[in-house]
Amino acid sequence: MRFLLIEDNLSLARATIDRLSLDGHVVDHAECLADANGFVSTTDYDLILLDIMLPDGDGRSFLKSHRSALESTPVIATTARSEVSDRVGILDLGADDYITKPFDFAELEARCRAVLRRRGGNASNIISLGDVRFDSLSGTLEVGQRTLHLRNRELRLFEIFAAAPEQIFSKPKLLDRLFSYDEDVSENAIEVYVGRLRRHLKGSRAEIVTDRGLGYRLSIK
Amino acid sequence: MRHLIISLAVILLPISASAFEIEERVVFGAESNPQTLRVISTGDVRVFEPMISGFLAENPAVTVDYTVVSSSELMKAIGIEEATFDVAISSAMDLQTKLANDGFTAPYSSQATDALPEWARWRQDLFAFTQEPAAVVLSKDAFAGLPMPQSRQDLISLLRQHPDRFQGKIGTYDLRDSGLGYLFATQDSRTSEVYWRLTEVMGALDAKLYCCSSHMINDVASGKLAIAYNVLGSYALSRVDKDRFVVMLPSDFTTVMMRTALIPQNAQNKELAEPFVDYLLQVAWNKTGQHSQQPYDSTAMLAEREDSLRRIRLGPGLLIFLDEYKKRSFLTAWENAILQE
Amino acid sequence: MSAEVHSRGSIRRRLMLQLLLGAAVLAIALFFIVQSLARQLAEESQDNILAAAVSAILDTTSVRDGEIQLDLPYSAFSMLSNISNDRVFYSVRFGDDFVTGYNDLPTVPKDDGFGPWFDTATYQGDEVRIVTAERRLASRGKPLAVEVTLAQTRDGQRDQLRWISQIAAALGSGFFISVAVLAALTARSSISPILRLTKSVSRRGPKDLRPVAAPVPHEMAPLVAALNSFMDRLKNSLTRSEEFIADAAHRVRTPLATVRTQAEITYRRVEKDENRASIREMIRAIDESSRAAGQLLDHAMVTFRTDHLEQEVIDLNSLADEMIERLHPMAELREIELVLVQQNAVSTVGDTILLQSALRNVLDNAIKYSPADSTVTLCVSLDAGMAHLTTTDCGIGLPEEDAESLKSRFARGANVEGVIGSGLGLTIADEVARAHGGYLTIANNSKGPGACVTLSFPLQ
Repeated sequence: MRFLLIEDNLSLARATIDRLSLDGHVVDHAECLADANGFVSTTDYDLILLDIMLPDGDGRSFLKSHRSALESTPVIATTARSEVSDRVGILDLGADDYITKPFDFAELEARCRAVLRRRGGNASNIISLGDVRFDSLSGTLEVGQRTLHLRNRELRLFEIFAAAPEQIFSKPKLLDRLFSYDEDVSENAIEVYVGRLRRHLKGSRAEIVTDRGLGYRLSIK
Repeated sequence: MRHLIISLAVILLPISASAFEIEERVVFGAESNPQTLRVISTGDVRVFEPMISGFLAENPAVTVDYTVVSSSELMKAIGIEEATFDVAISSAMDLQTKLANDGFTAPYSSQATDALPEWARWRQDLFAFTQEPAAVVLSKDAFAGLPMPQSRQDLISLLRQHPDRFQGKIGTYDLRDSGLGYLFATQDSRTSEVYWRLTEVMGALDAKLYCCSSHMINDVASGKLAIAYNVLGSYALSRVDKDRFVVMLPSDFTTVMMRTALIPQNAQNKELAEPFVDYLLQVAWNKTGQHSQQPYDSTAMLAEREDSLRRIRLGPGLLIFLDEYKKRSFLTAWENAILQE
Repeated sequence: MSAEVHSRGSIRRRLMLQLLLGAAVLAIALFFIVQSLARQLAEESQDNILAAAVSAILDTTSVRDGEIQLDLPYSAFSMLSNISNDRVFYSVRFGDDFVTGYNDLPTVPKDDGFGPWFDTATYQGDEVRIVTAERRLASRGKPLAVEVTLAQTRDGQRDQLRWISQIAAALGSGFFISVAVLAALTARSSISPILRLTKSVSRRGPKDLRPVAAPVPHEMAPLVAALNSFMDRLKNSLTRSEEFIADAAHRVRTPLATVRTQAEITYRRVEKDENRASIREMIRAIDESSRAAGQLLDHAMVTFRTDHLEQEVIDLNSLADEMIERLHPMAELREIELVLVQQNAVSTVGDTILLQSALRNVLDNAIKYSPADSTVTLCVSLDAGMAHLTTTDCGIGLPEEDAESLKSRFARGANVEGVIGSGLGLTIADEVARAHGGYLTIANNSKGPGACVTLSFPLQ
C-alpha cells in the first residue's frame, strides 16, 4: 500500500517508515501540514497516517481543509496525547479511525484493513492465484465454486503467502507476523494454521508446500 | 306597685345645727330604709315628686330626703357651711358655677353625663337638666281692654301710658335675696340696656320686691299684682290656676336658664348620689318614656320663641357678677333704679 | 462536593433592622416633638388668652376720689372658657390693699419689664397657670399700681395634650408601620441584584467559566470583577492542567513509540532465539510502561472530569456498539470474538467520554485476559431500575478472595503473571461508575471459566 505519513517527530517517522517498508508498503513522509498539503495535491494514497499535533497546526484543520480530497482516501489519526480529549471530534471531522502511540503495527494493520473494508475497497484488493481468488479486505477466499471466509489469522497467514508466491517463509518468521509479542506460542501453532489453510485450499491449484527445514511457501500449479 | 310611703315631715323643721333657712322638707320612702339620699334643691317638691317616685321604684331600698331652700340659702349651705347633702339642685346657674369653681363639688362622669351636649355640662361637676325661660306673667283681669305687651319695650310704653293702673301693681325679684333673680337681672343687663330703663320705670311705679317666683304668681293670680317680671315661666305654667294669667316670653329677648345638679364634695352617699344624677339626666334628656317625670319641662313653650331665646351659658363668665365688687356696684345701681324713695 | 458555606448574619435582615431602628427612633422623636410642640402651642394660647383677659380687666380700672373703680368685664372670663372648661381664679390689688377676688391666690413675682408675668403654681389642689399684670394709676397725686392676677387650671390643656399624644402616637405608629413595610420592600429589592446574580451563576453548567456579563449595580461591580478574575484564573489553571496532562502524555509516549517501532524492526531482523526473546521482553516492557503512562493520564483526566460532571443523556446501546467496533481490530488480532447482546434499550445521564473510557477499560481487560480464539460478550440489560453493561470473558477468572481489592489502584490478581497491563483499568471504571451514581461489580463467571465485570448505571 502507499502510505502518507504526516509526523513531525523525525526519529519516530524514520522508524515507522522502516517498519512499514518491512511489510512491503511504500511510505511518503510529510513533516508538517504545509508539506502534507503538497503531497496530497499531487499523489493518491491508499491511506494517510495523520499525527494530530503538528508544529504548524492541529491535524483537525487538515481534515477540515481536505474533506473533499479525503472522500477517496482513508485517514487514521495518530496521537500520543490522552485518548480521552483528543478523540473528541476527530472522527466527526472525517478521520476513519485513530490509534494511540506507541502502537503495535499488527494493530495498525488490523485497523487499516477494517477501515478499508468499511470504505468498500477497490479491485486492487483482489488477488487471483490460479483458480483462487483472494479478497484481503473482506477476508474471503474463492476456491472454485466455494467461497470461504477466513478467520483473522488464517487471513493474515494467507495474505503473507499470497503477497509473495513461491517465497519461503520460515516458521519463526511466520510466528512474528501472526502473533503479538506477549503471546507465548510455539511453532506448533503455525503448523495448526497452515493445516487449516491447506484444508481450505484443497482441490485448488494453489497449495502450501513444506520445504523441510526451511519453511512454507505458496505454490500455484 | 306603689310600695313607697310618703310621709310628710313637718314643714320648716329647724334642723339643729343649720344656719340656712329651709322652706320645706319631705322624706320619700320608708324611714327604716338603710340608705338615705339627702337632696337639697330650689325646686318645688311637687314638681319633682314624679321623678323621685320613679327613682324609688327602681331603688326601693332607698329613702330620699328632699329639702327645699332658696338659691342663696343653698349657696350658704353648700359653699359656706359645707352641710352634708348628697345632691344639690339649683336654678341659680351662677351660684352652682361658683360652687364648682371653688372646689365644693365632686367630679362625676358616667354614660349619662357623657351623653349630655357640651353646653349642658360644666366640667365633670355641673349637669343641666332643664331649660326654663324667664317670663313676664300678666294678669288677664288687669289687662282687660289693653293690648297684651309682647316685649319689654311694649311693657315700658304701657307703663308710661297708664301709670295709675299699674302703680304698686308690679312685682319682681328682690335681687338682694334671690340668687335666681340676680342671675336673671344681670343677664338681662348684659343683653340690653332696655333692662335698666324698664327697671327705672318699674321703680318709678313703686314695684314690689319678692323673694320667690311662687309668691309673685300667687299675687298675680289673686289680683294683687298685674305684672310679675322675670318669673320662671315653668313655675307659672305648672300652676293649676294658670288660666288667670298670661305667661309672656318677651319677643325682644327671652333669657333662658338651665337648672343644674351637682354632687357636693363632702357628700356622704356618693354611691347613691351618682345613680340619682344619672336617673335625673336620663329622665330629662331621653326622649322616650319617662317624659312625664321630667320636672319643669318647658320644651313646648320654648319652641314658640326660638328666635329670641337667649340661653345663659355655663362657664366662668357667670362668676363675674358674683364678684363682691361687681355685685356691690350692680346692686347699688339696681337699688337706685328700683327703690325710688 | 462543595464545602459548607458559613453564613453569618443576613444583609436583608441587617438592612431591615437598621431601617426599622431608624424609623423607631424617628417615630419616637416625632412623637415627642409633636407632643412638645402641641404643649407649647397650648400653653402659649392659654397664656395669650390669660393676657388678653387680664388686660381687659385692667382696662376697666380707674381711680375716683382716691378709690379704685373696677368694672370686671364679662368677656374677660367668658373668653377664658373659649378654650376649655377650666376653673378660674382672680384677685385685684391696689397698692398693698386687696380689692376683690380670691385673696389667697398667689401672684406672680414681677421681674423686669412691663408684664404681664406668667407662672405655674398649685392652687386649691390643682395646677394653675397664673398671670399678673399691673397698671399704674394716680391716686391723690401719688402713682399707685393696680395689680390684677388671673389664674386658670390646666385640665383642658391636659385633655388636649392627651388627645394630641394619642394622635402623635398614632402618627408615630403609622409612620413606623409604613416604614416597616417600606423597609421590607426596600430590603427585598436591594437584595434582588444579588439574588439575580446568584441565579445566573448557579444556572451555569459545570464547565461554564465565562465571565459574568450581565450588568450589575455599581456596588456589586467590585465583587463581580473579583469573581470574573477568579473564574479566569480558574479557567487558565484548568486549561493548563488539561494541557499539562495531554502534554505529559505526548512527551512520554512519543519517544516510547520510536523505541517500540525500532524494537519491532529489530525483532524482524534478528535470527537468534535468545536475541529474539530479549527483544520480545523489551517490547513487552515498553508496552507496559506505555500502558501505565496512558492509564495514569487517563485516570487523571477521569478525576478531572468527574469533578465537574457533564449531564447529557447517553444511549448505552450505541455506546456499547461504538466500543465494540473500536476494539474489534484488537480482538481480531487474537481471534477473540466480540459479541454484543442488546437486551433492553437503556440510557443514563452523565459524561460520554468517561463512560467510553470505563467501558473501554473493562473490554480491554477482558480481551487481555482471554485466551486466543475465545469469546468476550458484552450484554446491555436493565434490572431493578439500573442499566447494566456486563462483560463476560473466558479467561483466567479471578482468584477467590480478590474481587474487591482488584478494584483498588494497581492491584493485580495473583494469576495474571505474564500478561501486560497495569491494574488501573478497573479502578478507572469503578470511579467512573461511582461518579455517575452507579457501581462496578466483578465476579467469576457462573457458567464457566472467566470473569464477569458489570458496570451499572442509574436509569435515566
